Amino acid sequence: MPYDNQPAYDRLVFELSSPGRMAFSLPESDVPVEPALAAVPEKYRRRQPAALPEVSELDVVRHYSRLSQMNYGIDTHFYPLGSCTMKYNPRINEDAARLAGFARLHPLAAEALSQGALQLMHELAGMLAEIAGMDAVSLQPAAGAQGELAGVLMIRAYHEARGEKRTKVLIPDSAHGTNPASTALAGYEVIEVKSDAEGQVDLGDLERHLAADVAAFMITVPNTLGNFEPRVTEIAELCHARGAQVYMDGANLNAILGLTRPGDLGFDVCHFNLHKTFTTPHGGGGPGAGPVGVKAHLEPFLPVPVVARREQTYVLDWKRPQSIGKLQAFWGNFGMHVRAYTYIRTMGADGLRAVSENAVLNANYVMKRLEQHYDVAAPGPCMHECVLSARKQKKLGVTAMDIAKRLLDLGFYAPSTYFPLIVEEALMIEPTETESKETLDAFCEAMIRIAREAETAPEAIHQAPVTTPVRRLDQTRAAREPNLRWRGQR
Amino acid sequence: MRYLPNTPQNQRAMLDAIGVRSVEDLLVKIPAKARLSRPLALPPALAESDLVRHLRGLAARNADADSFTCFLGAGAYDHYVPSPISHLVLRGEFLTAYTPYQPEASQGTLRTIYEYQTMIAELTGMDVANASIYDGGSSLAEAVLMAHAVNGRGEIALTGAVNPLYRRVVETYVDGPGLRLREVPAPAGVTDLDAARRVVGGKTAALVVQSPNFYGCLEDVTAAAEIAHAAGALLIVVSDPVNLGVLEAPGRQGADVVVGEGQGLGVPLGFGGPYLGVFAAKQDFVRRLPGRLVGATVDLDGARGFALTLQTREQHIRRAKATSNICTNVALCALMATIYLAILGKQGLVRVGELSTAKAHYAARRLAEVPGVTLRFPQPFFKEFTLKLPKSPERVAARLARQNILAGLPLKGLDRKHADCLLVAVTEKRTKDEIDAFADALGKAVA
Repeated sequence: MPYDNQPAYDRLVFELSSPGRMAFSLPESDVPVEPALAAVPEKYRRRQPAALPEVSELDVVRHYSRLSQMNYGIDTHFYPLGSCTMKYNPRINEDAARLAGFARLHPLAAEALSQGALQLMHELAGMLAEIAGMDAVSLQPAAGAQGELAGVLMIRAYHEARGEKRTKVLIPDSAHGTNPASTALAGYEVIEVKSDAEGQVDLGDLERHLAADVAAFMITVPNTLGNFEPRVTEIAELCHARGAQVYMDGANLNAILGLTRPGDLGFDVCHFNLHKTFTTPHGGGGPGAGPVGVKAHLEPFLPVPVVARREQTYVLDWKRPQSIGKLQAFWGNFGMHVRAYTYIRTMGADGLRAVSENAVLNANYVMKRLEQHYDVAAPGPCMHECVLSARKQKKLGVTAMDIAKRLLDLGFYAPSTYFPLIVEEALMIEPTETESKETLDAFCEAMIRIAREAETAPEAIHQAPVTTPVRRLDQTRAAREPNLRWRGQR
Repeated sequence: MRYLPNTPQNQRAMLDAIGVRSVEDLLVKIPAKARLSRPLALPPALAESDLVRHLRGLAARNADADSFTCFLGAGAYDHYVPSPISHLVLRGEFLTAYTPYQPEASQGTLRTIYEYQTMIAELTGMDVANASIYDGGSSLAEAVLMAHAVNGRGEIALTGAVNPLYRRVVETYVDGPGLRLREVPAPAGVTDLDAARRVVGGKTAALVVQSPNFYGCLEDVTAAAEIAHAAGALLIVVSDPVNLGVLEAPGRQGADVVVGEGQGLGVPLGFGGPYLGVFAAKQDFVRRLPGRLVGATVDLDGARGFALTLQTREQHIRRAKATSNICTNVALCALMATIYLAILGKQGLVRVGELSTAKAHYAARRLAEVPGVTLRFPQPFFKEFTLKLPKSPERVAARLARQNILAGLPLKGLDRKHADCLLVAVTEKRTKDEIDAFADALGKAVA
């Protein structure tokens, strides 16, 4: 390997390759190889070997260690990415998921041979149902978006089972993009409902749209401006009175653990993001897990199989004729179930309530400290996150994007930017409960410094970031001339 | 509480700064009647050492592939996982980062995904691969939806030898758009190509074949491609990438889209997930692909850099009109596969394939020598094959489990037509001694 001791590392693994080098360890065969190969017809055998790298084990370890150093993670940086709940990922969760009885268990091992795994899933589903005030939970969806799809398909199956033809789903304009995308995939027409200036549902607009052909209203609580929707129970009653189901996007569940429950608020369905509230690691963009909880009237439609308990035995129940079917080949992202289970058993009821209380406290503290310097999108108190607007700074030529980039230089990952779409120059900040006051103070001071720089030296902010492995990237070129694989060029 | 750093003094100072007396004053927007007035009914919190003991107890009730000799497959395989993978994916900079929305601070993840896309495109013989999807089943479902979006046709032809669990996922996903699934029979363990010619026609959006298929048999993908293309349909091939060191790249057999389960590429068995949905396609479909894509570009100084690209396909921009509802990929599993393929490399992946097929052929011969046991389908296979047993496969498998052998999958549950069959997978990790012991135990069980 051309040893690269420069602070900037710019190699791809293919560029380290040297013919004949190897990093693997495989045994000599103890059975004949040639006759087996001869039994595979030549037309099915690969003619041109795959051009994979040839490197040593140290090459691999050093290369990926160097690449990892080009990332900001929660372990290295404060990560106030709104709506993503970037809280500490406990290491005991990782140990648990790596126990051989979990990590090395084949999904098709007979039920009698996987009782511990099925018990863990059954108990986790029960704990999530209690946390959300739901009657049943399926752990199968692989991510929040798949949980949404499952939830909307169950709503559709419910209406169809009652002989009702409903074709539309209402979604606020402040919603995550997955809400309309999942709903459209489930075969519904999506109707956007307006939010008022404070990010709350415009009840008049909702009522106008809430006709007999509406299957459901899908809403995020707390909403994407970080505020609790104060009329949420009224909204649920209104929808139910018109025969529509109410779906809660659980992306922001971290705000309400032990304080209130979606089921008690009147929701029929909600999904959970185990990678947000329940500390499974985000992994650079997955894998996550998106279990979905429902009230009893939707239980017959849950994905198959359902993990059930029959006396002292846990089983996979496939005999559910009204089920919406399967979402993944197997039973869900079990490795994430183990981590979430470990977290809930670590925290207990009091611990989870303290999680939300501290998440809310931290977000309000950040909002208070920054309100003199940035516009606040909606008046507080907020819940677990706050949304600022850089519209003041934009007049000085400094955008939300510029502020995000400058934060990278000051040692922080950036808030979510330009979301929700209804807020101009949005900066969505979710500190989470696992950050200390000292960290929040340092972050607020960086934000205040940037606000000041916007007034005194905006050009410097436009240069940011300068301390990262690369500077601002030419995204237009990336999209116009897509270069999606290495072809031997630099 | 070790994950919550705020001390009572910190909390007091913060509440004072906010100007409220207590956290309760911050929760006033929650309707009082919906406040939870009791503690959540959850089991008590456990200290770390007690929790570890409890978890070990649960784990010990599972027949894992360390304590049992694993001949189970059907979409999840006990392949060799090189040691560095687990160490590297546990690096916090990979583990605890999120989606690379700020590319300047996410070059590590972006570069590994670009490497992953390159390796998968190369292995499958396709032009482009996406950054991954949830698992093999949902990858196939997304491919089917993409085919429908590309040519607007409303029927999907699936051969009867596609993994029935994948078929179930496809059925769920096509419910919304209302696509019709038509089955091409595979009575001899491989797709009946004459039947395929009859089923595939002007309404067919795509023909789906899997090779090696659910029964382990190799399919004539080239012939399937000719049938699909003659009707103006796409050919979607379900393929296990770990086999592609030895087996021909589906792209060179005429596939338009290649999907599959990448679990064999260094991802733990993990009771079925998280896994790795592989998705690769021809260049023509690049703007129709579901999921994330990473592209190379340059920064302000002209230095090479990487960023998410072609995002106008995706839900956060296109919302209801996105090519898919998928928001994440499975980046950490894709990283495991990338490190796996870097370690195995050009020679190692070929060796994995050669060893697997050698052991599988040895096992098939030994097991079919057991009186009353036969190979169900006399077709070329690779690392998996179907046995017909003279006794109930469930009972035989249960009996072998008492000798710590996971004998394979009794097909009754997933495939009623083959209730007398057992699906056996053999990877490069199985030894001759293990296979011989399996054959002896099987002999006693069916005697």
